[in-house]
Amino acid sequence: MKKILGNKNTRTNLVTYLVVIAAFVLVKACNSLDMLNSSQKGYLVPICVYISLAVSLNLLVGVCGELSLGHAGFMGIGAFAGVVIAAVLKDAVASDTVRLLLAMITGGLIAGVMGFLIGIPVLRLRGDYLAIVTLAFGEIMKNIIGNTYVGMDEEGFHMAISTSKMKLGEGGKYIISGPLGATGVEKLATFTMGFVLVMFTLFVVLNLINSKEGRAIKAVRDNRIAAESVGINVTAFRMKAFVVSAFLAGMAGALFGLNYSSMTASKFNFNTSINILVFVVLGGMGNILGSVISATVLYVLPEAMRSLEDFRMILYAVVLILVMLFTWSPKFKEAVGAASEKITGLFKKKKEVVGNE
Amino acid sequence: MNEYSRKILKVPTYTLLREQDKDKLPVLDVRNLGIDFGGLTAVDSFNITIGPTEISGLIGPNGAGKTTIFNLLTSVYQPTRGSILINGIDTKGMTTHKVNKLGIARTFQNIRLFTDMSALDNVKVGLHNEIKCPFICSMLHLPPYQRAEAAATRRAMELLDFMGLADVADQKAGSLPYGVQRRLEIVRALATSPSIILLDEPAAGMNPSETTELMHQIRRIRDIFHIAIFLIEHDMNLVMNVCEAIAVVNYGRIIAKGTPEEIRQDPAVIEAYLGREEEKA
Repeated sequence: MKKILGNKNTRTNLVTYLVVIAAFVLVKACNSLDMLNSSQKGYLVPICVYISLAVSLNLLVGVCGELSLGHAGFMGIGAFAGVVIAAVLKDAVASDTVRLLLAMITGGLIAGVMGFLIGIPVLRLRGDYLAIVTLAFGEIMKNIIGNTYVGMDEEGFHMAISTSKMKLGEGGKYIISGPLGATGVEKLATFTMGFVLVMFTLFVVLNLINSKEGRAIKAVRDNRIAAESVGINVTAFRMKAFVVSAFLAGMAGALFGLNYSSMTASKFNFNTSINILVFVVLGGMGNILGSVISATVLYVLPEAMRSLEDFRMILYAVVLILVMLFTWSPKFKEAVGAASEKITGLFKKKKEVVGNE
Repeated sequence: MNEYSRKILKVPTYTLLREQDKDKLPVLDVRNLGIDFGGLTAVDSFNITIGPTEISGLIGPNGAGKTTIFNLLTSVYQPTRGSILINGIDTKGMTTHKVNKLGIARTFQNIRLFTDMSALDNVKVGLHNEIKCPFICSMLHLPPYQRAEAAATRRAMELLDFMGLADVADQKAGSLPYGVQRRLEIVRALATSPSIILLDEPAAGMNPSETTELMHQIRRIRDIFHIAIFLIEHDMNLVMNVCEAIAVVNYGRIIAKGTPEEIRQDPAVIEAYLGREEEKA
């Protein structure tokens, strides 16, 4: 045990898990004591979703150093795939939890496959170019989903990209109806499942970072030429990270999709991608616990300030700027350090005076 | 190996050192190698053959194209002309990591360690392809992964110990002294189980006692791992003492090849290093 705790990495990982478990237990306790109102309860699943998204994006942006602006696209794929699977399996699988799990896994797999297909051309690019192409991909996904019609009738499953081509039989039902999005979705998502998703995401990402793959990824980021010279296939590693990240985003998307009774594709636009990126950047590149905390705080903050109406986005922006100053500006750090020294100095003097008496 | 077997050469060409490794396939066989950068011919008509257990040196004035040759050998650059055969396999069109898998490892003139990682992790990155463990295992940290990882740590420690670096295993590579970083780079290269290792100025920045130790270590690498060593070095003391054969390049062309004694007396080499003596009128 001592040996395990002696390792710095293992210790930080353990802290990350414990923080998440403690938060879950705390929220569960509050919930059972009726301390949460309905709108606060409504935050719980999205928080879990955004934590998973931030952690999976951190694997790509923070750990691998690849800027991707299309994370919401993978989330959207997962969301709509999850919604469809949940609706299709409605009669076949009785248990809601199993259905939710299947929906999430399918959502993740489809997003992962899309990640792989997109990765083939995209991962030849680097830096800004990769960012631009992933951005475009996110928008393309949003528009494709926004024009897809999926429905079910007695004959089975139908899918088309225009209403005229959709020939649903009598009693048939649309699951996704193009720009109107998915309507009448069963709300299967639960906070417990959200917690499971967060734990799974953390488990996969932290394990990857601390394995031979993680070492290779860090090596590629540190010094690409040296990494190649010791036999590391750089493209293969970027691809693996990209696919894992897409898979986890897809799972999170599926949970997100099954948390609302209706949902449109426009939800998964550029803004959402940027929001997730903001969580990652403010939590710290490559800092997983940081992503967990910043995703939680930055999701709750604008929601909690809803009563301030128009001012809330201004305050949100101010908070972002302050956090950036705190974490990045050396001058600001100096000023804060000097101020805190003065304050502690005051206390010390007082203590001395007390001591003299 | 099968996919390459048809490319294997049957008849070994002569090596720099004709007596040693006489009947064996050369580990490195370079034929008529050349590269142009735009209009500039950086390397031209470069021929060299190195046997499986040879220590050979590549020397020449600054800017002669020595590091460019190393970059060509490791596929950092693709040659304009000629071919490179590693263990009889043509590396044409291969990427750096593939060439490494064929058995060529290198160090760099300007040290390229993974500075944020510990010395041990640097070596474990070198062991990457030796750790056989499916992606899913390392993603979920299943028992096969734990076993492979433990074996890798043992192997990395053995290699570090071999170069006398076991004490610094836990320290960040970037914080190590210069000479230690150079040796750590050699360990990392050795970790990939190469059949030839290219050392780009291994003694640069080392003091005389460190250089002497390095000479012993270079010989030990050859004697224990049974691999070929090809090094670039400006320290003539090291080159003349360690290398069994030397090639001299100037302006991207080989101007002399031979044993240290032959090189020392070669007029072309003396001219390249010291300049031509003015002819008396």
